[in-house]
Amino acid sequence: MIAGTGAGRFGRAGMYLALALCAVIAVLPVLYMASISLQPAEQAMSESGLLLPASPAAAVRDGAANYGSVLGDGAVDFPLYFRNTLVIALLSVAGVVVSSVIVAYGFARVPWRGRGTCFLVLLATMMIPFPVVMVPLFVIFRSLGWIGTFMPLWIPAWFGSAFSIFLLRQFYLTIPRELDEAARIDGCGHLGILLRILVPLSLPAILVVALLHFMYVWNDFLGPLVFLTHRDQYTLALGLELYMSRLGTTPWNLLMAASTIMVVPVLLLFLLAQRSFIEGISTSGVKG
Amino acid sequence: MTWKRTMTGLLWISPWLIGFACFTVLPLVLGVWYSMTDWTLLEAPVAVGMEHYTRMLHDEVVHAATRNTLVYIVITIPLLTVVSIALAMLLSRPARFIAFWRVAVFAPSVLPLVALATIFKLMYDGELGVINRGLEATGLRGPGWFTDETWAMVAIILMNLWVVGPAMVIYLASLRDVPRDLHEAASIDGVGWWGRLVHVTLPMISPVILFNVIIGLVNAAQVFVVPYIMTGGGPNRATYFWSMYVYDAAFRYGDMGYASALGVVQFLAILLLTIGLLLIGRRFVFYRGAVS
Repeated sequence: MIAGTGAGRFGRAGMYLALALCAVIAVLPVLYMASISLQPAEQAMSESGLLLPASPAAAVRDGAANYGSVLGDGAVDFPLYFRNTLVIALLSVAGVVVSSVIVAYGFARVPWRGRGTCFLVLLATMMIPFPVVMVPLFVIFRSLGWIGTFMPLWIPAWFGSAFSIFLLRQFYLTIPRELDEAARIDGCGHLGILLRILVPLSLPAILVVALLHFMYVWNDFLGPLVFLTHRDQYTLALGLELYMSRLGTTPWNLLMAASTIMVVPVLLLFLLAQRSFIEGISTSGVKG
Repeated sequence: MTWKRTMTGLLWISPWLIGFACFTVLPLVLGVWYSMTDWTLLEAPVAVGMEHYTRMLHDEVVHAATRNTLVYIVITIPLLTVVSIALAMLLSRPARFIAFWRVAVFAPSVLPLVALATIFKLMYDGELGVINRGLEATGLRGPGWFTDETWAMVAIILMNLWVVGPAMVIYLASLRDVPRDLHEAASIDGVGWWGRLVHVTLPMISPVILFNVIIGLVNAAQVFVVPYIMTGGGPNRATYFWSMYVYDAAFRYGDMGYASALGVVQFLAILLLTIGLLLIGRRFVFYRGAVS
C-alpha cells in the first residue's frame, strides 16, 4: 500500500475523518433543502427556527402541506412543467442516441480521407459556449417559426451532439475488428455491422450517453430561457426561477419543496447508474 | 476507390455535418454580420460597420463585466484544480466503502445548477441562512453575502466547490494510470510525500490537468446561471458577467446587433485564451509517449 507508507494507524484514522468530512460537506446542501421543505413557513422563515423539523410527525404534516401546495395551487404549474421537461428530454435523448450511434460509426469504422481533421473539428465544437451563438440561433429559429415551441430544444439533438459522438466513437474503437470481418464474410454491409455487432456490444455506452444527455436537458436553464416564450411551455428550471421571482418575499419552504421535486429524478438516475455514469465522464479525459 | 470511400464516410457523418453547418457555422457567421448592424428585430437590420465594437470600448457595463469575468476565471480555475486533485487523491486511496465516499462527493455535481443556486441562495441568506447562523454559533459575524460587492463574488466562486465532480473523476482515472514502480523507486530513494507529489504524480497527470483547465476556462468564461439566480448581477454590478450582458442586450434591451458583437468578442477571447493555454501547456506538460 504505497499511499499508506509510514502513515500508520493515525494516517488511516485521519483519512477516514477527511473522507467523512468531505462527504458530509458535499451532501449538506441537499439535506438542508430536504429539511426546509418539510418545515412550516413560520419555522423556515424565522431567524431562530430549528434546522430540522420539530418532530417526524410534524415533518410529515408540513411536508404534505408544502408539496401539496407546490403541486396543487396552480400559481406556478409544476406538474405541467414536469411534463414539459420530460417531453423535451425524451425527444432530445432519442435524437442524440440515434444520430450519435450512426455518426460515431463513420468516425470509428469507415476509413476515409479527412476523417481525422473532421474529428478534430468535432472536438473543437465542444469548446464553443452557448452564449456566443444564442443570439444568432434565436434569429434562425425565429425565422423558422420555432420560437415559442419546444422545437429549438430538441430538433438540434437529432443532428448528434459532439460529446456523445466522441464517447461512442471511443467505445467502438475498443470492440475488436475481427468481429466486423466475420460479419462482412457473412454478407453484412456497414449498416449490418453497426446494427448486429457494434450496437449490441455498446449498449452500456449508449446508456451512458442517454443518461448524460437526459441530465443535460433536465438541468438546462439558458436554452429554455431564451427559446420558450409562453408560460405554459416552461420547464422545471424556468418554473423554479419563476417561483422565486414572482413573489415579494420568497416562500423558502415551498421553494425548497419545488427544488426537491426537480432534483429527485436526476439524483435517483445518478444513484442507479453511478458506476457507468462516472466511467463515462472519466473516458472524456483519457485522451487529454 | 478513395473517392467512393470518402463519400461513404461523409454519408455516415452527414447528420452531424448538417447540424454543424446549421447550428454552429451559420450562427457564427451570422453573428459576425449582425454585430455590424443595428437591429431590434422589428425593422430590417441597418449596417453600421464597427460602431458596436468602438462603443464597447467606452461602455462601463462592458468594463464591469470584463473585470468580473476575468477575476472569476483567475480565482476559480486554480481553486478548482487544487481542490479536485486533492479530492481525487483522497478518494484514490484504498479505503473501506470507497464507492460510497465517491458517490457522496460526486452527487451534488449532478444537481441542476438552478436548484443548487437556489439552495445556496438560502444558505447564504443574511438572516435565515445556515452559513451565517453557523458562524454566529461560533461567535463570528458572517458577512452580508449578497449586499457586499466582494463577498457576493466570493459566494459565487465558493459554490463551485460543490460541482467539482466531473474534473475530480477525470483526475481519479488518471491517478490510476500513474505507474506504481515510479512511486516505489522514489520512496526507496528517500523522497517524501510532497516530493513524490511534485516530481512524480503531478508531471504524470499534467496532460489531464491541462485538459481540465481548458474545460474549466470555457465553463468559467460563460458563467451565467449561478449569478443570474443568486445575485442577479448585483450588488452594484459586482457579479455581472459577460454572458449576462449578452443575454440582457439581446433579450431585455432588444439590441441584437450589440448583443452579437458582445458574443463575437466573447468567442474570440475564449479562443485566444485557449490557444494561449495550449502554448503554455506545451512547455510544462509531460507526455509519456514523448520521452526520447
